[in-house]
Amino acid sequence: MTVWHIILIASIAVLALKLVGYLVPPSLLERPTPARVANLLTVALLAALTATQTLEAGGGVVLDARVPAVVLAAALYALRVPFIVVVAAAAALAALVRFLGWLA
Amino acid sequence: MTEANPPARAVPDATGAAVRAALGVGIAVSAYGVSFGALAVASGLDIWQTCVLSLLMFSGGSQFALVGVLASGGVAAGPAAIASATLLGIRNGLYSMRMSPVVGGPWWRRLLAAHWTIDESTAVASAQPTLRGQRVGFWVTGAVIYLGWNLTTLLGALLGDLVGDVRMYGLDAAAAAAFLGLLWPRLTSRQPVAVAIAAAVVAAVLVPWLPPGLPVLAAAVVAVVVGVTNVLGRRAR
Repeated sequence: MTVWHIILIASIAVLALKLVGYLVPPSLLERPTPARVANLLTVALLAALTATQTLEAGGGVVLDARVPAVVLAAALYALRVPFIVVVAAAAALAALVRFLGWLA
Repeated sequence: MTEANPPARAVPDATGAAVRAALGVGIAVSAYGVSFGALAVASGLDIWQTCVLSLLMFSGGSQFALVGVLASGGVAAGPAAIASATLLGIRNGLYSMRMSPVVGGPWWRRLLAAHWTIDESTAVASAQPTLRGQRVGFWVTGAVIYLGWNLTTLLGALLGDLVGDVRMYGLDAAAAAAFLGLLWPRLTSRQPVAVAIAAAVVAAVLVPWLPPGLPVLAAAVVAVVVGVTNVLGRRAR
């Protein structure tokens, strides 16, 4: 499996899911359980990705400059600062902390 | 565009409001493409691969997930990367169901609509009071973001290519902040907050024990269990 295979398979799968919604009868949407599972699935995956992206390094959990950066990001999102500004601020803080040599 | 809104002409006004909402959301969201492009290149994708993802997959959360898992696990984590992107894409299928009556028309229009059915086009369309406004909101948001997202992805990929060491510029922290930003607007009640915390803990605890990508998939089980049993759901409040 190459990177191109991964990109094409995943893209086709994501596109197919969008298409399926236009083909199935809308009555499926009336049922609360599938809709709730799909919404919570998005929440769980994004939360898990946030956690692993913050803590994972070389197959283990490492507390480094990413942690203060994500804490800052959470504070800024709570203050309704726009996404792109928050992402840049988090990157800048992580870079600064590393530059100062506080956290590996 | 016009300073005065004549109150008698309700239909053009509703369309104008839909266009304004679509442009506002579309332009703001398009800017995220820069962060995606830069992170994708930092994760080891080349500029072509990065741009094809935005052109073909066109779903921010799934794209960030794919490159995030590839960044930690490489090509060996390919199946987990595909699974993460696909699971995150399930919600688009729900949006499609919601947008199906709004889009209408012949099959080729639905085909194009499917490609542009994302968080933002659905949100803008759903917020419009009239069917015409919903239709205009959906298509204008989809078109603006498709154009903007792909242009800014290319820009970000070119920028990311110039930047050498990812960690030195804090791009790894930017990826974590990006996922948090996609998550934040969904934390609207007790149930999603509880699921988010539980999923984050499950994923973090499993990191040392499972290959890259799989802890994220394991955390998806939390959503299925809570979603089916409806623990902490509306009825419990």
